[in-house]
Amino acid sequence: MSSQVILAAEGVNKAFDGFKAINDLNFYLDEGELRTVIGPNGAGKSTFLDLITGRTRLDSGKITFGTGVGEEITSKKEYEIYRMGIGRKFQTPSVFTEHTVFDNILLGLKGHRGVFHTLFAKLSSEDSDRIEDVLKIVGLFGKRNDQAGSLAHGQKQWLEIGMLLAQDAKLLLVDEPAAGMTDEETHKTGELLLSLAGKHSIIVIEHDMVFVRQIAKKVTVLHQGHVLCEGTVDDVQNDPEVRSVYLGRGKH
Amino acid sequence: MRKPENLIMMIGALLLLVLLPCLNAYGPPDSALHVSDYTINLWGKYLCYGILAISVNLLWGYTGLLSLGQCLFFSLGGYALGMHLMLKIGKLGQYYQAGNNPLEMPDFMVFMGFPELPAHWVPFHSFGFSVLMVFVVPGVVAFLFGWLAFRSRIKGVYFSILTQALTYAASLMFFQNKFTFGGNNGLTDFKTMLGANLNDADVRRYLYIATVLLLIAVVALVKWLLGTKFGKVQKAIRDSENRVLFSGYATTSFKLFIFVLCALIAGAAGALYVPQVGIINPSEMTTDKSLEAVVWVAVGGRATLLGPVYGAIFVNALKSWATTAYPDYWYIILGGLFVLAVLFAPNGIAGLPQQIKDIAVGWKRRNASSIEPGATPA
Repeated sequence: MSSQVILAAEGVNKAFDGFKAINDLNFYLDEGELRTVIGPNGAGKSTFLDLITGRTRLDSGKITFGTGVGEEITSKKEYEIYRMGIGRKFQTPSVFTEHTVFDNILLGLKGHRGVFHTLFAKLSSEDSDRIEDVLKIVGLFGKRNDQAGSLAHGQKQWLEIGMLLAQDAKLLLVDEPAAGMTDEETHKTGELLLSLAGKHSIIVIEHDMVFVRQIAKKVTVLHQGHVLCEGTVDDVQNDPEVRSVYLGRGKH
Repeated sequence: MRKPENLIMMIGALLLLVLLPCLNAYGPPDSALHVSDYTINLWGKYLCYGILAISVNLLWGYTGLLSLGQCLFFSLGGYALGMHLMLKIGKLGQYYQAGNNPLEMPDFMVFMGFPELPAHWVPFHSFGFSVLMVFVVPGVVAFLFGWLAFRSRIKGVYFSILTQALTYAASLMFFQNKFTFGGNNGLTDFKTMLGANLNDADVRRYLYIATVLLLIAVVALVKWLLGTKFGKVQKAIRDSENRVLFSGYATTSFKLFIFVLCALIAGAAGALYVPQVGIINPSEMTTDKSLEAVVWVAVGGRATLLGPVYGAIFVNALKSWATTAYPDYWYIILGGLFVLAVLFAPNGIAGLPQQIKDIAVGWKRRNASSIEPGATPA
């Protein structure tokens, strides 16, 4: 299983007012891999996603994206990074509440995104088909004409994942998808992510260990902005260092 | 779009465009069917405000950008045309007729001791150039300001405060005599436009008709825009700008486009306002004028197509009445109206029919459920 690296972060540092949120971080993700990142609060998980998506600029180090010789993304803007094929789902569901479910996916759809293009864009039948496909994958086809604001919490999360799929994102960054979900919704989310792995490379940040067990093949533990260890769920859970910083604090 | 709205638009357009001017031109002067020249002129002014309100709503209601400086662009458009009208006074100016203005400069320049017409005034002799400037000046100012503000990610209340500061700074500049635009008196005493006498009733009616046509064009433009994918992106920016940004859209360009477009609309409205009202001065770009425009939108119905027009007409008609009946209380009335609209009619005048319908339905349902238990015959 020696596939190619699609995302590489090397020697990355980021400090906020002297606080080292990310500290000499090295991280490699293979193409088609589903990686779960865990770590206690303040470990730098969300900051790491901010750095990948261009929301925050790193202080030193570099992040490259793409197989072969990756393209450096450290100085690109948010929308440029998105257009390279990196999609992000935020921790709190952020969908367009005043738009229909269909239009939410439409706005995520791959294609030109310039001002003048959107003024004269027409919805082609391929576009409609693609949108319907995505809605079927995330299980919201029956709700396509509903206002996104009327969806249940879990459905909003799936809709947001659907928006990333519509863009044909090569890399999906999924920040705490199971937060606030019922057990059933969580399980369904896990199955959705598992079905997407392979076609997409995915990084999932998660706290819920039941959920992590369901989806994780390889787990990365972050602690104080640094990779503490990597391995299977069992490896990680049995690692004494991990237990002391994270699992040992009663969080199970 | 819902059908009743289209119907209202058709009826409203016919009423404003055909009926009112016809009654003004052909209605027998003493009958109840006559529409006076004063009324036509007044409505021309209201509708210019209506167009301005549409531009405020397109920014605030549909894009989430609360601009408190929209009157600046309105005034800049007004000044651009006003300069042309000033130069067209020519030999009719008081100083020229008194024999001490051989250069035919605007009167205020003679009064303030200008040796000659400033160079930037010269091209405004041409009507075509002036009309071009009606769009170019507000457009360029909006582009520069918007580019700086949006690029620096200035949002929400900070954006509002900056737009307010912008228009305030501009008004201070225009208040200065040295700024060559007539100081606090501004530009006034216009005589002719394209050779037509501006005090002539027919000419005023044509100006009114031009205003209605512009209003219809702007409403059609906004309606079209909201139906495009651009309109969807625009509303998405209002609801969750981050998501739009992380969906690969350069939100800065979208906001800049809409900000410039709204400045052009406001500028055009200002240019039609000036010949009808006969004066433009820096008090038109003070911050309270822009705030009033925001109240029109809130009262008429934010994020509705026609609400801003209803609001502009209603609030200004109320103002015409209140400033003569209760001159000291106008700002209290205006503020109260704003509070009432926000608290009890969040969708404004445009949303009232739906609101009443909802209340009626709710009332009926409550009645029905209270009757049911006792519905069995004794």
